[in-house]
Amino acid sequence: MIEVVNLCKSFGDNEVLKNITTTIKKGEKVVVIGPSGSGKSTFLRCLNCMEDPTSGSIIFGGENIADPKVNINIHRQKMGMVFQHFNLFNNKTVIENIMMAPVYVGIKNLRKQKKNPDYTGPATKKEVKQQAYDKAIELLKRIGLEDKADAYPSSLSGGQKQRVAIVRSLAMDPDVILFDEPTSALDPEMVGEVLELMKDLADQGMTMVVVTHEMGFAREVGTRIMFMDEGRFVEEGTPEVFFSNPQSERAVEFLSKVL
Amino acid sequence: MNSFMFKVEKFLDIFIDKGGYKEVLIGLQNTMIIAVAGLLIGIVIGTLIATVRVMPKYKRVVRVLDKFCSFYVALFRGTPMVVQLLVFYYVMLPLIGIKMSSVLVAITVFGLNSGAYISEIMRGGILSVDPGQMEGGRSVGLSYGTTMMKIVIPQAVKNILPTMGNEFITLIKETSIVSFVGAKDLYLAFQSIGSGTYEYMVPYLVMAIIYIVIVCLIALLIKVMERRLRKSDRGR
Repeated sequence: MIEVVNLCKSFGDNEVLKNITTTIKKGEKVVVIGPSGSGKSTFLRCLNCMEDPTSGSIIFGGENIADPKVNINIHRQKMGMVFQHFNLFNNKTVIENIMMAPVYVGIKNLRKQKKNPDYTGPATKKEVKQQAYDKAIELLKRIGLEDKADAYPSSLSGGQKQRVAIVRSLAMDPDVILFDEPTSALDPEMVGEVLELMKDLADQGMTMVVVTHEMGFAREVGTRIMFMDEGRFVEEGTPEVFFSNPQSERAVEFLSKVL
Repeated sequence: MNSFMFKVEKFLDIFIDKGGYKEVLIGLQNTMIIAVAGLLIGIVIGTLIATVRVMPKYKRVVRVLDKFCSFYVALFRGTPMVVQLLVFYYVMLPLIGIKMSSVLVAITVFGLNSGAYISEIMRGGILSVDPGQMEGGRSVGLSYGTTMMKIVIPQAVKNILPTMGNEFITLIKETSIVSFVGAKDLYLAFQSIGSGTYEYMVPYLVMAIIYIVIVCLIALLIKVMERRLRKSDRGR
């Protein structure tokens, strides 16, 4: 699904990612762990070109999205992202947050497809909006926040914000979702509700790449653990093998500190 | 005191009985038209310039545009507005060979000038919005432009509204220079009332009061707008 080939990223002289090559398959739940500053977040942010890779390629949807000539927006619609600080649109209500991308993309497609006789999607802007609205309500019901539809993000708790952010990324029916430390900015008692929703997604077969410090989640949900240090993947394996029998010295040291 | 009352009576005679208020109304109208139209043009120009200046500079087009924009800002902030007005009216127009009414000239110059100032205000506003907002928009597949217009700039506007109010007030007061190119504004109206009687004290006093009243009304308007825009900040 995502093929990363020789990915390098530097900020100035600081080499953050050093020649990373890996493949993420459909349905996999890849959990990236490692000490802070090891490049986990940068790796994740390179996957959807939130940071432009310095060199290397990222093949997604049959195209190298690291190429600046590729229209990245189309690919990002199929590659959701959830941030540590939620990044909900503060000037929009909860439901508008979720509807935003489907409505814009829907209207754009509508304009493009007007002359195409095979086009079967919604025929008017109103229909696009209605569909997006129905979908958004359905998603909000799923996380039990339909009564917050018209509230602004500032009135939600951290856990509620993050759950809204997750369903916002779901609104475009992505093939994969990237999670960038989704629970690190939450109060401890709110971590559970967010992890619960992520587990739910995992059970439904969503492909996920998760950067996290939640070792319990990594062990329970992950299908592959990738341990990163100093810009490289030092070790990878199934959670059972990695947590019970880490091979590299660095991983042993890391696990002894966090477990 | 008696002489002051006498002056007031003399003013009222010209102002009301001899129809001086008509000129003042026209002047007031022109002042408001120039300031409001100038502000609107300024907002459009300023937003465009600010957007160019905060854009990532990967592409050559953006870099060239950016250079042009900083030149524009330097030019219009570096010369007094009177000079711009005079140069536009007496140099540019004859050179191009276009005839324009002096009010239209004033609107153009006010728009171009406030565009330079507003671009910097707007740029500050855009930079004050959490970069995560742009990332959030881009992550769901919205384009840079859409995210800018629908997410970042609305939040920036909320932050810069008080400063924009300042700019509007400055524009209103600056209109008193448009008589340099013959546009009939509030100042010119009172000046001509005064020169009719060689008695300037009361006309200029009334003029000052009118300016203050306008500015206070605008300040009030901005306060109301701010309260409405802050809606999304309030809990629940």
